[in-house]
Amino acid sequence: MSGILIRGGRVIDPARRLDEIADVLLLEGRVEAIGRNMGMPTGVMVVDATGQVVAPGLIDLHVHLREPGQEDLETVATGALAAAAGGFSAVCAMPNTDPVCDNQGVVGFMKAQAQRAGKARVYPIGAISLGQKGQQLAEFGELVGAGAVAVSDDGKPVVSSHLMRTALEYARTFGIPVADHCEEPTLSAGGVMHEGIVSTRLGLKGIPAAAEEIMVARDLLLAELTGGHIHLCHMSTRGSVDLIRRAKDRGIRVTAEACPHHFALTHEACEGYDTNAKMSPPLREPEDREAIRQGLKDGTIDVIATDHAPHHYDAKEREFDDAPNGIIGLETALGLAITELVKTGLLSLAELVERMSSGPARIFGLPGGTLAPGAPADVTVFDPDAEWTVHPQEFYSRSRNTPFGGRRLTGRANVTIVRGQVAYQRPD
Amino acid sequence: MTAALGKDLVGLEYLSRDQIQLILDTAEPFKEVSERPIKKVPALRGKTIVNLFFEASTRTRISFEFAEKRLSADTVNVASQGSSVQKGETLVDTAKNLEAMRIDMVVIRHGASGAAQFLGSRIRSNVINAGDGKHEHPTQGLLDLLTLRDRLGRLEGIKVAICGDVLHSRVARSNIWGLLKLGAEVGICGPATLLPRNIQDLGVTVLPRIEDAIQWADALNILRLQLERMQAGFIPSLREYNRVFGVTTERLAKAPKDLVILHPGPVNRGVEIDSDVADGPHSVILPQVTNGVAVRMAVLYLLAGGSPDWAQAAGKGEEH
Repeated sequence: MSGILIRGGRVIDPARRLDEIADVLLLEGRVEAIGRNMGMPTGVMVVDATGQVVAPGLIDLHVHLREPGQEDLETVATGALAAAAGGFSAVCAMPNTDPVCDNQGVVGFMKAQAQRAGKARVYPIGAISLGQKGQQLAEFGELVGAGAVAVSDDGKPVVSSHLMRTALEYARTFGIPVADHCEEPTLSAGGVMHEGIVSTRLGLKGIPAAAEEIMVARDLLLAELTGGHIHLCHMSTRGSVDLIRRAKDRGIRVTAEACPHHFALTHEACEGYDTNAKMSPPLREPEDREAIRQGLKDGTIDVIATDHAPHHYDAKEREFDDAPNGIIGLETALGLAITELVKTGLLSLAELVERMSSGPARIFGLPGGTLAPGAPADVTVFDPDAEWTVHPQEFYSRSRNTPFGGRRLTGRANVTIVRGQVAYQRPD
Repeated sequence: MTAALGKDLVGLEYLSRDQIQLILDTAEPFKEVSERPIKKVPALRGKTIVNLFFEASTRTRISFEFAEKRLSADTVNVASQGSSVQKGETLVDTAKNLEAMRIDMVVIRHGASGAAQFLGSRIRSNVINAGDGKHEHPTQGLLDLLTLRDRLGRLEGIKVAICGDVLHSRVARSNIWGLLKLGAEVGICGPATLLPRNIQDLGVTVLPRIEDAIQWADALNILRLQLERMQAGFIPSLREYNRVFGVTTERLAKAPKDLVILHPGPVNRGVEIDSDVADGPHSVILPQVTNGVAVRMAVLYLLAGGSPDWAQAAGKGEEH
């Protein structure tokens, strides 16, 4: 009999309002039982979780794995391992690959690569439009049939309101959310950071908060019109949080995510032209960061997602205007969330697990997100008090682009179990 | 060796009041060198300087080159046309290759904000910013300060209005930092479409109309309006810009006092400034250009490790 017994940890399962010291027995890829002083079936591996949290596996709804097309930056295998090392048992991969994930062939390829890697689960997100070109709707039915869990045109904002309306309506047939990167391109054109006092001083072209908020408002109106499920990616401004809060009050089907960098950093990180602080949407003002934190607290923002975006070091080693957007995030997300949100008293550990596991599973309709008996044996064991320093050269990701190098963080994953198998165990 | 200013001159934001003062004071003896029949002192003899210009520039490049040659440095000019830059080589590779030939200083003009700082943090040579994108143009700021000090006798307490396209102007940013650090008051005037977000948080006064600036200021620093700003939709037309924001004789006639008129050049006559103002008795546009050489000599000299006392001696043509 193959199984794992996780002993003596603090088991937190927000889906069942469970928070107690207990043992968790995993058998045949499922959660078998949770209890105290459980007897040990023969042939079962034991994980000592004393002093640690045992949670349903963390799920990241927004990563870029670069395969197919840019395997020098990341592959499905390296990304899935980096995910497991960061405590994630599953990730959702954006479709901006080459070729674009706009057909069942690419979806199937990514699933196969993930299976071969045998680390974190990988759920492809299909494109909304063919080639992410914003013209013709992709075949949602075939994408979903092959295993896609949502659709998005990712970093190519859906400019056409008609296309977004159609996507929201058509996606209802398959019960999937439409995820949007909210950016009004005529307002953001040429911009490389948030428009504010720092962009003024650095002489860099800014992107006003309104560029995001205009599209958030549009998407909310279209979700209301169609009854479709809009999922708003990487919210970065106080105005967006306010719009979503009001939309939820009105019963609009909206969910939203925020990234660790948007609750940890502000536009001041761009000082010195640090290209690792260049991202889209950009790092905003302290008031925006505070609004994102409050949104995560009150549930206006449902989940934490990384927007993990690998880039080669020399692509970032250049003038700020010319550097690509984005940072990697899989291996720092949990530590940043605990350091910035839990240790500051904003979120309880149970709320954190909700925002990083049960919440993501619920809003994208994914397996996992709970330790209920019979649930998939996807488990993250993390030490919420472990102090560590971010050393990018030790990452499992193929890329190193992070603004958090050298930063002291509290909390990190020690064991990540996927389908009842240890996908990652931190070396002693 | 480079303690007086640090390794690089990236911008006036990063200099102290004393450092700026030191450059201006060091420029004084160098002014005289350019007035001699033999315009040369040996201060930088044996030093190799590369003028790395990724953007077209006539005035600034020539001014730096004169400054270098009058200090006896060996200079090489690299323009983006016909160089490896056109072949897609990165800035850092270009610079590292130049440095592998053992140079002492790089003067860089580049279209990207932050390019000078980027370079300075990656090579050992001294880096002097000759204009980076919309960020800073520190030697222009310094020559403006020197010209204002010449004309008004002081900088403390004077009121300078910077007029025009502040949003895209590296000259404006260097002037703002330099003037504020030396105790001047700074006003900003231009169409709201061409003023940067939150600019007042730098400690400047926003003057909505050019008439307000003329009433308020002791000196106007009138920025060049680039034709492409009209094409990009920041202003409706150059004609309207002149009607609403142009510095004209009629407008200046209503000033409570004679205003010193600065312009970093090249002048768009009849757009941001009328010809009779640019050529008039209160214009210091040509003295600015003359001071540019002296200020750049001072910067080169100080970054190379020269002491202010030696500058006095160098100015007198003495060997040391």
